[in-house]
Amino acid sequence: MKNKISYFLLLCLLFGQACNDQLDLKPAQSLDENLALDSDENVKAVLNGAYDILSDFNLFGGTCLRNAELLGGDGEVLWAGTFFWVNDIFFKEMDATNADAEAMWLRSYAAINTCNNVLSALEVVKTEDRARVEGEALFIRGMVYFELVRFYAKPYQQSGNNSQDGVPIVLTPTRGISEKDIVARNSVEEVYTQVLDDLSKAEQLLPEDNDWRANKWAATALLSRVHLQMNAYAPARDAADRVIQSGKFSLLSNYADVFNRDENTAEDVFAIQITQQDGFNAMNTFFSIPDFGGRDGDVDILPGHLALYDSSDARLALFYLGNGAMRSGKWNNQYGNISLLRLAEMHLTRAECNIRLGEKVGAAPLDDYNAVHQRAGLPAATAVDLPEILLERRRELAHEGFRIHDIKRLKEPVGVHAFDACELLFPIPDREVVANGNLAQQACY
Amino acid sequence: MKKSILTLPLALLVAGYLFGQARTLTGKVTDQAGQPLPGATVLVKDAGIGTTSDVQGTYTIVAPNEYGYLVFSFIGFETEEVEIRNQTVIDIQLKEATSALDEVIVVGFGKQIKSKLTGNIAKVGGDEIQNLPVNSVEQALQGRAAGVFVESVNGKVGGAIRVRIRGISSISAGNQPLYVIDGIPVTTESQNNRTGAPLNPLADLNFNDIETVEILKDASAGAIYGSRASAGVVLITTKQGKAGKTKIELNLQSGFSNPTGRREFLNADEFIQMYTRSAVGAAKYEYKLDPSAWGSEQEAIDWYVGFMEARFDRYSGWADWRTREVDTDWQDYAFRTGLQKMGSLSASGGNDKTKYFASAAWSDQEGILVGNGFERMSGRLNLDQKASDKINFGVSMNVSRTRTEQLSNDDAFSTPLQLIAQLPITPPRDENGEFYDRPVTSYYNGLIELEEAKRDVISLRTLANGYVRYEILDGLKLNGELGTDLYTLRDNAFFGRKTFDGQASDGAAHSLYSQVSNWNSRLFLNYDTYFKADHHVDFVTGMEFQKSRTDFTFVQGEKFPVDDLTTLASAASITNGTSSIEEFSFLSYFGRLNYDFRNKYLLTLSGRMDGSSRFGQNDQFGFFPAASVGWVLTEEGFLKENGLLSFLKLRASYGKTGNAAIGNYAHLGLFNGRSYNEQSGLAPQQIPNPDLQWEKTTQTDLGIDFGFWDNRLNGEIDVYLKKTKDLLLDVPVPGTSGFSVQTRNAGEVENKGIEFVLNSNNLTGKFQWTTSLNFARNKNKVVALAEEQDLTNVTTVAMNVVKVGHPVGAFYGAEYAGVDPANGDALFYLNKEGQERETTSDYTQSEYIVLGSPHPDFIGGITNSFSWKGISLDVTFQGVYGNEIQNGSGNYMSCQACWFDNQTKDQLDYWDKPGDVTDVPEPRFWYTNGDQRRSSRYLSDGSYLRLKTLTLAWELPRPWLERVRFSRLRIYATAQNLLTFTKYDGWDPEVTADIYASNVNSGMDFYAAPQPKTMVFGVTVGF
Repeated sequence: MKNKISYFLLLCLLFGQACNDQLDLKPAQSLDENLALDSDENVKAVLNGAYDILSDFNLFGGTCLRNAELLGGDGEVLWAGTFFWVNDIFFKEMDATNADAEAMWLRSYAAINTCNNVLSALEVVKTEDRARVEGEALFIRGMVYFELVRFYAKPYQQSGNNSQDGVPIVLTPTRGISEKDIVARNSVEEVYTQVLDDLSKAEQLLPEDNDWRANKWAATALLSRVHLQMNAYAPARDAADRVIQSGKFSLLSNYADVFNRDENTAEDVFAIQITQQDGFNAMNTFFSIPDFGGRDGDVDILPGHLALYDSSDARLALFYLGNGAMRSGKWNNQYGNISLLRLAEMHLTRAECNIRLGEKVGAAPLDDYNAVHQRAGLPAATAVDLPEILLERRRELAHEGFRIHDIKRLKEPVGVHAFDACELLFPIPDREVVANGNLAQQACY
Repeated sequence: MKKSILTLPLALLVAGYLFGQARTLTGKVTDQAGQPLPGATVLVKDAGIGTTSDVQGTYTIVAPNEYGYLVFSFIGFETEEVEIRNQTVIDIQLKEATSALDEVIVVGFGKQIKSKLTGNIAKVGGDEIQNLPVNSVEQALQGRAAGVFVESVNGKVGGAIRVRIRGISSISAGNQPLYVIDGIPVTTESQNNRTGAPLNPLADLNFNDIETVEILKDASAGAIYGSRASAGVVLITTKQGKAGKTKIELNLQSGFSNPTGRREFLNADEFIQMYTRSAVGAAKYEYKLDPSAWGSEQEAIDWYVGFMEARFDRYSGWADWRTREVDTDWQDYAFRTGLQKMGSLSASGGNDKTKYFASAAWSDQEGILVGNGFERMSGRLNLDQKASDKINFGVSMNVSRTRTEQLSNDDAFSTPLQLIAQLPITPPRDENGEFYDRPVTSYYNGLIELEEAKRDVISLRTLANGYVRYEILDGLKLNGELGTDLYTLRDNAFFGRKTFDGQASDGAAHSLYSQVSNWNSRLFLNYDTYFKADHHVDFVTGMEFQKSRTDFTFVQGEKFPVDDLTTLASAASITNGTSSIEEFSFLSYFGRLNYDFRNKYLLTLSGRMDGSSRFGQNDQFGFFPAASVGWVLTEEGFLKENGLLSFLKLRASYGKTGNAAIGNYAHLGLFNGRSYNEQSGLAPQQIPNPDLQWEKTTQTDLGIDFGFWDNRLNGEIDVYLKKTKDLLLDVPVPGTSGFSVQTRNAGEVENKGIEFVLNSNNLTGKFQWTTSLNFARNKNKVVALAEEQDLTNVTTVAMNVVKVGHPVGAFYGAEYAGVDPANGDALFYLNKEGQERETTSDYTQSEYIVLGSPHPDFIGGITNSFSWKGISLDVTFQGVYGNEIQNGSGNYMSCQACWFDNQTKDQLDYWDKPGDVTDVPEPRFWYTNGDQRRSSRYLSDGSYLRLKTLTLAWELPRPWLERVRFSRLRIYATAQNLLTFTKYDGWDPEVTADIYASNVNSGMDFYAAPQPKTMVFGVTVGF
């Protein structure tokens, strides 16, 4: 018997030894973090990962743009969809559990962390590509911080120290969670400084041509937008001017051709790429109708907006009646790219800044105005003033994610809310305040 | 199988030398059919001398003259005492045990007699659940075992079922028990969550093949399953043949089902009236807010009413809403009478060497929702062969195929019950007989799916276990077992160009394939013996290895030339394709020792050492021990021969178990593959935690087993305290880190409760009446979360949260205070310190508080069985008490006409003019007025009592049957869920919408189908 028991124990031992290795199973779909950044190829893959997060449904896949339109669209658009948390955004009745406020926050910082990972591993990137990779990561990070500070913080005030709460700035990749991750909000001033720093470096580092990826001019165009948001008209104009002067881009002759495109056009400075297999166009989902892959027509365009156009304006002609209301015709391709920076904006920014400064750097305001105005099939104007340029901007860039941000820099009210009202800010997500005791909530949530 | 290896020589010694006077007795031990019982225990009473019967059932024993009695016992049979007198040959027929206390209980790697059990195990016999008209075995268990909560999340046939044994002990890891079928830990995770309503892999099992179901509840019973026993273990044993004549049984059944309940919605007239009022309400409200936007209040009213009537025109299609030409009750289109049929044939029998059980079965169940159905074919062969006196081997094999006509999940426009959001003024079809879609219907018309979509899920399953047992010495057996559970699921769907998914893409299709191969081997030794007849020991020790691998493939395509070509071969564009592999493994060593002294003092020690691929390198192995003791007081002199109290046992157990049901790679720091613009990418996915371990549950159980009047009345009472710490918690981390959670061991959950079981033979004789009752109370509480964390899982849809000091999934939100009679505004209680009862119309000012719990305070079931001359009536009631249900769709269907979802009828009670006292605020189209989802307005009492099963059967008298050569003929009618008593005004109180069902989210109704109310008629014929 003793022998037999020994055999049994031996059997167990052998069996157990054979199985012990079987306890160290490695995932087939994921890569250990130590391997993910150890080669040129891998770091570039992580950079693609950052673009992918940037294109997330909850970021520039469309939700950021939609929410900018809904927050500032009083009297011009109507949210007619059923998502109650979007309803709350439209009616400025958000609370701290708002799903979009949470998703945008989480996805933004996931994008930032991914960029930080890339930036931490530049030494393994081939020398000839290093500047480009660094520039792209800085561009994405700058873009995301800019969007965060615009949604979650009170507007930048040109005459002020901008010590109001911005968003936390995190510049190193996360490897574990410790005390140093319990971050507080940096000031608006600090965030804008960071954004300008990232984008200026990106502008220096990036090549002039970079396929669909962010190139030098994307960084410049975004810099122009950031300066405009800060009401810093001269640098905004100068950056816009650099983009126009680069000669890399041109206005398409037909306004409708600018939209619903599978590929970038000559007018696109930077766009989120959507293909049938990859990416999701959330603007299509909400602004379009089932015939084109959208929901049920969640955003109606109201007469209040249509009244802004001249009856022969090509931009008016793009609106159509679908599912019982007027719809924007800019988002009818389910797999169309989402243009984030296009040349028309640069002309309008240069025009606006020049007229404010009483200068004609690059071109006279009237010329920039007419470039955009005539492309819409309208006769050239003979004179133009600031209100008209701002109105033209509203028409040209309608439903592309500009509205609330322009309202804030122009200090216009939204319904009963002043431009700097707390209700126009996204709440710091409740889960975030719970997980991080150092994070101050907005006054009204 | 008890043989004394030491006591026999000792007995001879004692008999021969000390006393000198002895007689040798021989005989044969058989069952009532005359079949020999090998391994039965024969003891000389009070002498400390014993032996066991051999293969032929014969025994020889030497009994000193001064002892006068022999005691015969065998597991599963009643113990007999015989006076020796002058006999030298004593043959004995043992009666099969009828009392619950003599039952054999499967305990995992062994068996025990109930009266000697020191742990807590509930047993449900296969005969109790035979032929119940339900879809899967867990449903059949509902109300039949104390402390076992079973809930079908909705009435979709083949859908998910939640089982909670002694409450919820985990927040982020699994709470479903471990299911072990014939020794194999089987796959129970749904494989198709991605594409539709999740399907239940256990529905593949034909539960008529089941002999017994044992549910291991306390630590002593569960510790042998170590790191996977915290949520309980369900052991399923399938039928084995018995030596003797071949028995053939044919079962045929057919019937129908209907929903248990309906909900009342506005009809066309009420709809038009209420929505017109809502337009007026909105106009007045808006005018009051900002008079400058309108010329006058009347102008606002005119605009709104005009808007509303234009929408009425749109939504009524060809019909004239002004004349109420159409009044559609959309529930009529969502529900139907589902037909069901079942047939099975089984054969069992064998001889001394070979025993077998074979069965083939087919069943077809139509759901009560249109487009939902489930078909199952299965075959089983259980075979046991005695190769020699020493060696036995065998297999149990089950092969099945199921086909589910699947529905989308409860959150999809296409699920039938979302049809009720459509408006009563909308005709389902247009003038040409085609289904209307938007813009005529207010939402996508799910009926289009019936004609234009095909959804078919086929699963194939093989469960096979082969074993060999080698008897090394008498009582010492080596068992080698190899089992496999192969589960494949194929989900093919096509959505034509009129459907929601296919309309923008000229048709869309997907094909999902998931293959779960689960291998498992076990090697263990059993030893069972008596020392000096008074000391009984049995032990088991061994090891087990399990590896499971899931291969998953998913392809999606669109642009089909015509709707008749539905496979991806015809898709012009493949839009999504992915595959993945997931693996996990367990390597375990286990052991258990049972000891009893004269059936009086009982002790069990058990434990398991588990290693798993799911845990961090720093802590890959864990040890889970348990101990339990029992004292059978009725074996003591002072209670023996007591006419009233026939059995009394006190039990106590304490031990540790674990929970390893987390994601497979949660401890690693990972980047996952991504793609952008069709270029590959990588991005951080999770933060590492090399210290990650299993959750640890310590459980104390104190119990009393009792029997009165020769056990005619018997039962058990248990109290337990179950503390789970080091929860595998997805601890929220600051999102600024780039991550939202990290899996950590943190937090603590406590379950404490009492269970009560009572069985009674009220009447014996010609008219028999038995009652069995079970009843349990469980109190669940989150004791701690991660450091400084008080609240988590606050999501936007369900109100369930995890909050320290409250049950997992407590409902958390604003407390609704009704309507301000002055102006029709909804009011909420402030619930701020010092001004709790003050009300506000500003929802955001109202502090969230815990408003209720989705878990019942009490659950229970009672079965009464009556029989008289072959006619029997079984009545099972089952119920839950003290839980709340959230109507998660309340802010759509009960929001006083805030949007174009048809409203529940109770909304007609809305505030209309100053002075009205009601709970329904003034309707103001578009405007939120108390219809915030997170409020007690949408909570209601979810208690119910249900006539779960009613079976009336007639077993025809044998003499009648002899002419037709049947050995048995039974005709029966069974009703399932016949009556439901509840205050819940939704469809059915047994509900958790499939899409939201999770550890935390439960009791959340969201367009979830009610349970079916089923009537079947059947016949069982034996040959």
